[in-house]
Amino acid sequence: MKRFPLAVLAFGYAFLYLPIATVIAYSFNESRLVTVWSGFSTKWWSALFANEAMIDAALLSLRIAFVNACAATVLGTLAGIALARHPRFAGRSIFVALVIAPLVMPEVIMGVSMLLLFVGLERHIGWPERGFATIAIAHITFSMAYVAVVVQARLADFDRSLEEAAMDLGARPFAVFRSITLPLIAPALVSGWLLAFTLSLDDLILTQFVSGAASQTLPMAVYSSVRLGLNPQINVIATIVIAISTVGLVASALLLRRKRRA
Amino acid sequence: MAARPSDPTRLARAAIVGPPFAWLLLFFLAPFAIVAAISFGQNAPDAAPPVAMTGTARNYAFLLSDALYVDAYLSSLRIAAIATVLTLLIGYPMAYAIAMAAPSRRPILLMLVILPFWTSFLIRIYAWRGLLSEHGLINALLRAMDISGDPGTILGSEWAIYLGIVYAYLPFMVLPLYAALEKLDRSLLEAAADLGARPWRAFLSITLPLSLPGVIAGCLLVFIPAVGEFVIPDLLGGTETLMIGKVLWDEFFTNSDWPLASAVAVLMLLALLAPIALYQRLRAREFGGS
Repeated sequence: MKRFPLAVLAFGYAFLYLPIATVIAYSFNESRLVTVWSGFSTKWWSALFANEAMIDAALLSLRIAFVNACAATVLGTLAGIALARHPRFAGRSIFVALVIAPLVMPEVIMGVSMLLLFVGLERHIGWPERGFATIAIAHITFSMAYVAVVVQARLADFDRSLEEAAMDLGARPFAVFRSITLPLIAPALVSGWLLAFTLSLDDLILTQFVSGAASQTLPMAVYSSVRLGLNPQINVIATIVIAISTVGLVASALLLRRKRRA
Repeated sequence: MAARPSDPTRLARAAIVGPPFAWLLLFFLAPFAIVAAISFGQNAPDAAPPVAMTGTARNYAFLLSDALYVDAYLSSLRIAAIATVLTLLIGYPMAYAIAMAAPSRRPILLMLVILPFWTSFLIRIYAWRGLLSEHGLINALLRAMDISGDPGTILGSEWAIYLGIVYAYLPFMVLPLYAALEKLDRSLLEAAADLGARPWRAFLSITLPLSLPGVIAGCLLVFIPAVGEFVIPDLLGGTETLMIGKVLWDEFFTNSDWPLASAVAVLMLLALLAPIALYQRLRAREFGGS
């Protein structure tokens, strides 16, 4: 590689990774201060695992992330198939707009509007109570858009000839889906599931709007702690989250690559 | 394929399109109608929910006449625009360098760009809170280089917000740029070189125009969410920098004025309508269909 691109990449990746590296490093710092290094210690790790409020928040976040990832994968996959394989149906342009909009819509706008919907629904039909359900619904609504884009991109890599051949040979639509479409998009499903899981685990703004007083997710706990000041326990959480998402991304990238070659 | 779709095919299509369509209509589109309606209501602190449906435009009149809110709108648009340009200036060379790398290296280089996006947004902003604080690493470096005596504190300044936006949204800029640059036909550049064009000239007249869709998509992906950004101005910015996302948040959570917060949301959405529509058109073209 020439010298210029190499320098650009070195600068770019240093910019992206140095802040993350310092967060990880300071999770092993002795001092309470997150800006001064005073020696190696794992005391903040023990402190975090003894911090019940944080652990509870993390468990709630993991449960929501799991439910969200499963539901968003189902809905997002259907949406992705609709985008890639159904070029004509009534209301398609509205449908496309609705799938794309959550990708760029500022979260504060989505947060207020969803909360007002939930409050209205609760008043008129008594459901949903604010908490787990409303947080999950909000997360599903925006993470299904990401799944849809991943699935759509995967389907766009393959033309429709296989599916059409099966139809011409008389296969019923569901049989075509199960034996051809589903195996084609399987890696995208795993990748989309992992992405939806990560997005949910990380969401602060929507969650803050739609959660009731009783439920606190991990990002909410982290945010209120960060507002009070820098805290090495947050560095420990950061390190764990970074480790989990790295494993998730590497796994999904390897999966997508292997299947594409096969 | 002039034949009418058979019944099982139509049924299958309804089964595929129906659930996500219904979900998005109920949980994404309907809420906007409710926000619009409530923005014409009034705060009713004693009621639960604290809204009285009075049907006045008072919230809008108030927002548009109060200098504080108008400033917050304008500075949000300005900060998002400047940050978008800065992100482009850093993201374009990166995307270009990745697209020019050996094909075998590109997947890993791309993955390194995507990885931070998978890593918690909140935590990445938290990282800068430490780095930019008065005794943080950046100030230590500036002091060591002794550029201008006391560097002051970057945390709390508008620069910290720019930095936060560039850092957090860089992957959104690099990915569409890379997608556009990767598709570029290299033989065009070779032809230009053969005809005696200098590399800089070839870049300006071939590479840049052909990567324009990627530039536009990347800029929109950064600009639109950055206008409504809350976490970055809240954790990195100071009290004197107002951004509209933070104003909305405070109206809602601190003042519990839901109708006013709704009106702020409606005005923000109106300001973003054109860029969102443009982004929609770019993406919809990608998805094909009629």
